[in-house]
Amino acid sequence: MLELKQVVKKVGAETHIYAANLTLEPGSFNILLGTTLAGKTTLMQLMAGLEKPTSGEIWFNGENVTGMAVQKRNVSMVYQQFINYPNMTVFENIASPLRVSRISEDLVKKRVGDMADLMKISAMLDRHPSELSGGQQQRTAMARAMVKDSDLILLDEPLANLDFKLREELRDELPRIFNERNCIVAYATTEPTEALLFGGRTAALHEGHVVDFGPTGEIYRHPSSLLSAQVFSEPPINTAQVTKSGDRIILNDKVSWKADKALPDGKYTIGIRAHHVLPKKENKNAVAIDGTVQVAELSGSESMIHFDAYGDSWVSLSHGVHPFESGQKATLYADVSRSFYFDQSGKMMNLKAAAA
Amino acid sequence: MAKITLSHLKHSYYPNPTKSEDWALKELNLEWDDGGAYALLGPSGCGKTTLLNIISGLLIPSHGKVIFDEEDVTDLPPEERHIAQVFQFPVVYDTMTVYDNLAFPLRNRGVDEETVKSRVTEIAEMTDLTAMLGRRASGLTADGKQKISLGRGLVRNDVNAILFDEPLTVIDPHLKFQLRSKLKELHQRIQNTMIYVTHDQTEALTFADKVVVMNVGEVVQIGTPEELFETPQHTFVGHFIGSPGMNVLPCEIKNGAAFLNGSKITTTNKAPKDIKKAEIGVRPEYVTFSEKGIDAEIVKVSDAGRFNIVDTMCAGQSVKLLVQEGASIPTGSAKLAFAPNSTRIYSDGWLVREGGAK
Repeated sequence: MLELKQVVKKVGAETHIYAANLTLEPGSFNILLGTTLAGKTTLMQLMAGLEKPTSGEIWFNGENVTGMAVQKRNVSMVYQQFINYPNMTVFENIASPLRVSRISEDLVKKRVGDMADLMKISAMLDRHPSELSGGQQQRTAMARAMVKDSDLILLDEPLANLDFKLREELRDELPRIFNERNCIVAYATTEPTEALLFGGRTAALHEGHVVDFGPTGEIYRHPSSLLSAQVFSEPPINTAQVTKSGDRIILNDKVSWKADKALPDGKYTIGIRAHHVLPKKENKNAVAIDGTVQVAELSGSESMIHFDAYGDSWVSLSHGVHPFESGQKATLYADVSRSFYFDQSGKMMNLKAAAA
Repeated sequence: MAKITLSHLKHSYYPNPTKSEDWALKELNLEWDDGGAYALLGPSGCGKTTLLNIISGLLIPSHGKVIFDEEDVTDLPPEERHIAQVFQFPVVYDTMTVYDNLAFPLRNRGVDEETVKSRVTEIAEMTDLTAMLGRRASGLTADGKQKISLGRGLVRNDVNAILFDEPLTVIDPHLKFQLRSKLKELHQRIQNTMIYVTHDQTEALTFADKVVVMNVGEVVQIGTPEELFETPQHTFVGHFIGSPGMNVLPCEIKNGAAFLNGSKITTTNKAPKDIKKAEIGVRPEYVTFSEKGIDAEIVKVSDAGRFNIVDTMCAGQSVKLLVQEGASIPTGSAKLAFAPNSTRIYSDGWLVREGGAK
């Protein structure tokens, strides 16, 4: 178990991580989700011992490891920019972490072979990294990180530089690989869909703050705050200011809908994900939003419509091909039964998980 | 602006190509309409950059012609082709202001300052750079710099086409989304011929009216995003486009019909007698759980938010299906049905046309 207790990291006058508290369970897959500069890499370096916290403590399996050098900890890390030894073969690259621990050549061969099978690079073992494609090089780097039994494996956007299809394939394989081991994995990504597909637990990060942490599906469907919902939405979640008054939620003098009784009167920010705003009325709870289309992006199987309504920018994501001209007036339907309500401090007010 | 015709185009980097693999670009014929938005899509090494370089004039093809409107430009150098190019990495003059960066291609061609001013103002407004015109380019973020590159590509109104070579690679994912729709909007306003090269299906499909899908030096399909999704002409297109890609399942053929583990599968087409490597192609979007159907075992359910990706083992093969958020998913055993209008037979990778001919 890895515990971060009130971990703060400052560099000069800047705070990179604000009092992070995280507990990563044994054998767990943990996703650090956030945009660039959210603090994902810094948090990983703190976990690895590559950086020392300015204050706070890091504990591993009941032992305080704050400030313990990375060499003394059983940690592996994979970076976005794959790093391999150019003068070594793929076999030697993967085997390198095993060379320092004195294990027999037979066992090295077996371990490297198993890892290469898993990563589908068995046929490349005699080649040098420069003779491999980018995807194969990254798989070599990942195989090296995983060949020894590390207690903690940190993967910093390892798929970001790979082709789309390869990313899809490795995304499928990775959880399977880790399932067979009893290590703690932390995986940084900027992509909400990637986080969802991995499952496990997700920490939503925003500008150095851990804004949410819990089982991935739960964080997605019941974010604790507006920030968390924004971190966990791609395309961006639609937001608008509403007023709850009596039994109505009022967006403006034209658009209102029935309110949940449990919500106190007052001003709220609503959040509705793009796939709950559709060009056709498919749900009886949907309310009509009249606006002007900025641009419609049709991908052949889905339509993403960017439009302006009542002073806000909205995005709709729907199945099928729904053509719209730029500048065209259009009505889109927001399924408000799927909306989140955030109070003025950004705190989530929905009582039960709206299945968004 | 111009219509672009590629006629019997072929290219090899070897002086005497003999084998099929010697060709970086296999024979290709296509016409791009004036003012259209096109994409060249394919994995690394598929030949898309070779093709782009031939169009821009950086490379002279070993065979065939490049024609702009009626003019054969095959042997013309890049500067005489009037093409604007936006590259993967932003190319900006750091010491110049944003204004001067945008004005550069015009001033280079001796355009008078008044015209320069009106064009730069217009383009800056379109690319959201108005507020930054007086600033030095060096202080901008990567997406700001790439917007300058985009703006510079759009500023001349005498170009035949604008080529984009993976222009969003260095852009942060959440900003990618903004720039992508911006580009689409710009195309609709400017109506110039635009060619967009990428390995990213989302970028290609959302930007282009027509997409050229390439694999190992060969064009495998040219079509609208909808055509590529609905009727892939090759299993490669089915796999490469869509996420997850099309299920491609080796099958048996009896009397022109496809069978999986003895169960007949209804398809839109019939297999020819001389079929090679018979496969069924069906997208995960068109596989459903049903009362009757082929037996399958649920292997894994992945929650993708809007939908679930369900991995099954069906007739000894891996079959994926997409199930909408909130819909129920059986556990253990289930039966699968393939939508007959979206299930097709492929021979040696290629879609078998109605009537059986390839």
